[in-house]
Amino acid sequence: MKSAVIVFPGSNRERDVARALQLVSGREPALLWHADTALPAGTDLVVLPGGFSYGDYLRCGAIAAHAPIMEAVRDHVRRGGLVIGICNGFQILCETGLLPGVLLRNSGLRFICRDVHLRIERSDTPFTRGYNAGQVIRVPVAHGEGNYFAHPATIARLEAEGRVLFRYTAPDGALDPRHNVNGATNAIAGVLSEKLNVLGLMPHPENHVDPAVGSTDGRGLFAGLVAHFAAAA
Amino acid sequence: MLVGSPVTASTPIITPQLIAEHGLTADEYLRIVELIGRDPSITELGIFSAMWNEHCSYKSSKVHLRTLPTTGPCVIQGPGENAGVISIGDNLAVVFKMESHNHPSYIEPYQGAATGVGGILRDVFTMGARPIACLNSLRFGDPAHPRTRSLVSGVVAGIGGYGNSFGVPTVGGSVGFHTRYDGNCLVNAMAVGLADADRIFYAAATGVGTPIVYLGSKTGRDGIHGASMASAEFGEGAEEKRPTVQVGDPFSEKLLLEACLEIMAKDCVIAIQDMGAAGLTCSAVEMGAKGDLGVTLDLDKVPCREAGMTAYEMMLSESQERMLMVLRPEKEAEAEAIFRKWGLDFAVVGETTPGKRFIVRWRGDTVADLPIKELGDEAPVYHRPFVETPPPAIVRAADVEAPMSVGAVLERLLGTPDLCSKRWVWEQYDHIILGNTVQRPGGDAAVVRINEGPKGLAMTTDVTPRYCEADPFEGSKQAVAEAWRNLTSVGATPLAVTDNLNFGNPERPEIMGQLIGAIRGIAEACQALDFPVVSGNVSLYNETSGRAILPTPTIGGVGLIENFSKSATLAFKAPDEQILLLGETRGWLGQSIYLRDICGREEGAPPPVDLAAERRNGDLVRALIGEGTATAVHDVSDGGLLVALAEMAMASGLGARLYAAAMLMPEHAFWFGEDQARYVVTVRPDRGEAVMARAKAAGVPLRRLGQTTGNGVLTLPNAAPIPVRTLAERFEAWLPGYMAGKAG
Repeated sequence: MKSAVIVFPGSNRERDVARALQLVSGREPALLWHADTALPAGTDLVVLPGGFSYGDYLRCGAIAAHAPIMEAVRDHVRRGGLVIGICNGFQILCETGLLPGVLLRNSGLRFICRDVHLRIERSDTPFTRGYNAGQVIRVPVAHGEGNYFAHPATIARLEAEGRVLFRYTAPDGALDPRHNVNGATNAIAGVLSEKLNVLGLMPHPENHVDPAVGSTDGRGLFAGLVAHFAAAA
Repeated sequence: MLVGSPVTASTPIITPQLIAEHGLTADEYLRIVELIGRDPSITELGIFSAMWNEHCSYKSSKVHLRTLPTTGPCVIQGPGENAGVISIGDNLAVVFKMESHNHPSYIEPYQGAATGVGGILRDVFTMGARPIACLNSLRFGDPAHPRTRSLVSGVVAGIGGYGNSFGVPTVGGSVGFHTRYDGNCLVNAMAVGLADADRIFYAAATGVGTPIVYLGSKTGRDGIHGASMASAEFGEGAEEKRPTVQVGDPFSEKLLLEACLEIMAKDCVIAIQDMGAAGLTCSAVEMGAKGDLGVTLDLDKVPCREAGMTAYEMMLSESQERMLMVLRPEKEAEAEAIFRKWGLDFAVVGETTPGKRFIVRWRGDTVADLPIKELGDEAPVYHRPFVETPPPAIVRAADVEAPMSVGAVLERLLGTPDLCSKRWVWEQYDHIILGNTVQRPGGDAAVVRINEGPKGLAMTTDVTPRYCEADPFEGSKQAVAEAWRNLTSVGATPLAVTDNLNFGNPERPEIMGQLIGAIRGIAEACQALDFPVVSGNVSLYNETSGRAILPTPTIGGVGLIENFSKSATLAFKAPDEQILLLGETRGWLGQSIYLRDICGREEGAPPPVDLAAERRNGDLVRALIGEGTATAVHDVSDGGLLVALAEMAMASGLGARLYAAAMLMPEHAFWFGEDQARYVVTVRPDRGEAVMARAKAAGVPLRRLGQTTGNGVLTLPNAAPIPVRTLAERFEAWLPGYMAGKAG
């Protein structure tokens, strides 16, 4: 799997995700600067990492959505290429329109860093083939604005088309408002684009890939992608 | 060379009032006139005020700080640089320091705390280290005081806002409350970074005629006189000083970090100094003074955010996220390209000179021409008069009443502001970014993996201010000992400390007595525990309307674990394990949380610290962790033994069946006394005998406390069982409830 991680000024989890990709895929990802205009030839996966791109002093992700490199990312998506936006990356994908909806301020109005439980809603996507549908994983969140919101019609469509990939739940997988860490609509933690090739999620699976620090519940995302590309090759 | 006073277009006359407004005494002014042979210009007066204030010059504390032990086998750089540096082997160095941002945080909590974090991060990466962790030690006023809630809210948000965006995990620290901080909260921020031991960068300039380069953000009018503000006590109307607080921009700081590390890696840098307190003045003077060189600055080259700034304003601005460097002349273009890539300002603003003069030019005039050594490392020092804190009376355990049952006391104590869970605070800090956090907040010390391991670094901040108030010497020994113990509790070998000495007005002899007593205590403990002080900060004048804070010498400790995967945690691990207490229990209730929060008596002498026992007991605990015998470890501190046991139970969900208290003392003294040098350790049932034999051989008192149980209940003899879940609910409830508006 050949992956590329986009680094915007103010990105700060690019090393975390690069390390996870290296660990699971055995291949070092390319780190691309926001001012670059092309992806390396043969890029399979593009990752928009977490952080505070351009300081996030405007709406989160609003400026990054207009960075020079994003045209190449859009082309990659048009060609059916896979893209993951994690945390700030998710916010950027929403700002570019590659994903619907927006990320509002957490309902508790505070930044929150803690482990949460996510239910995998389907396993028949390149992003989740490393998991079973209905499986619950424990991964951390670290954000102030992760409260997913969209027009009710959009939410209805996302649900109907099976584009909600991760949901915040209790450890047993039950929906429970006390476990909806940021107040997201329908406890949505991650969504897919219409063609299922773009994923945005608030939690950080890249921080749970090593038993020494936390857990390995996040590995399935990266391992599934490796398997996907191995099968495609 | 100019003769007479340097001229500017509108030089005000230097009046006694103007001198006083600059925080300089009449004597100090006379000294300036004597030094330069004439009256200073207004810009020069500002420069002296910036360099000779307490915050920058350490004039009240310097003679005493010299008594601290600052050397040791691991020490690469002790105090005097931007941060301390220690070796951890494999050509790796740990760079760390703690610094206060108390006054700004009280005036403007969010920005004050945020820029405190920004400043300490800069101190660390200025030395060539990539920051790997932050900690912070916070003290607020009485929860019932009308400002406390908003200060907690603003300070915590500010620390999180800066650290989270910058991208460094905030892994530990402490939070406490006391009415003596009502008018003056404490924000002590610590940063820890990692560098190659052979690539540390320093402030001293070398070479005559080398360019001095300004890097980072533009200069604005924010923070003018910040250091002087931090060197005066508050009266009424402290809020009016808000314009002296700087505004933080973690985004620019992150860019500055990456740009600095990149040009350091390309070998462009001869000397580097961040612009912190007193901004351009302090950084330029330190570079020159430390290198025995003069410096000439041309202010017309300084990137400014606003038009029409005067020389005075530029020299005293404390705009954040700025650096001053001396670059290798042949590498200047390469360095500039790197800074331009990161979108940061880059300007040659001066050069080094042979003359040991600090010369500032602006709009064709020389606005300052001063001797650089006397401004910097030869600034005045004072031997201020002091009176020692009188020794407090010892409170006998037998004279302390027991108004409630042991179980009821435990439930009450776990829900008090000082002992309750601080989860509400640390969940607002990203404590996992960078992917190396092995032990998250909530334990005795945080543990962070070094690169890919196997080494790990343990970190903690500690101080018990009520002990220090009662007895600055013993209390400060205790702060050092507790830091050493917390590092030991996770299995680390304690290496070195940074200290942040927060006190009131040193011009009052009793405050000076506290400061001197505290420094003596720190020196004695650090000496005895081979725990040198490698960096630090002194924050004086922490008082409002004549009422000083509790003396608060915060200790930030760092220790090394050879294999991070062997670090110990405080959670019980399995049922039916033996629970052992290492260290002697005498039932010391003076200055205990029990005496204060149950009996309403904040009095007596604090528990004495036997440094030889600390060392003996700690060395055994560390050995038991290293060989895998100890399954859970927790040091006994605030609240005493039963609180420590409850914390171990709550962290695991497991319970414990405890034996009766020792017969020699009242039951409440056994369970809630705060005797030092103690650890609770669990071991597998078949290892108990061997550990007891080891303890006996090492001369470490050991007592069997009971067994862990799988039923989630704490059981004391002849008392109602206490569900751990009930305790956990109380423990977790107070702070969120208080912040949501419940009465303090």
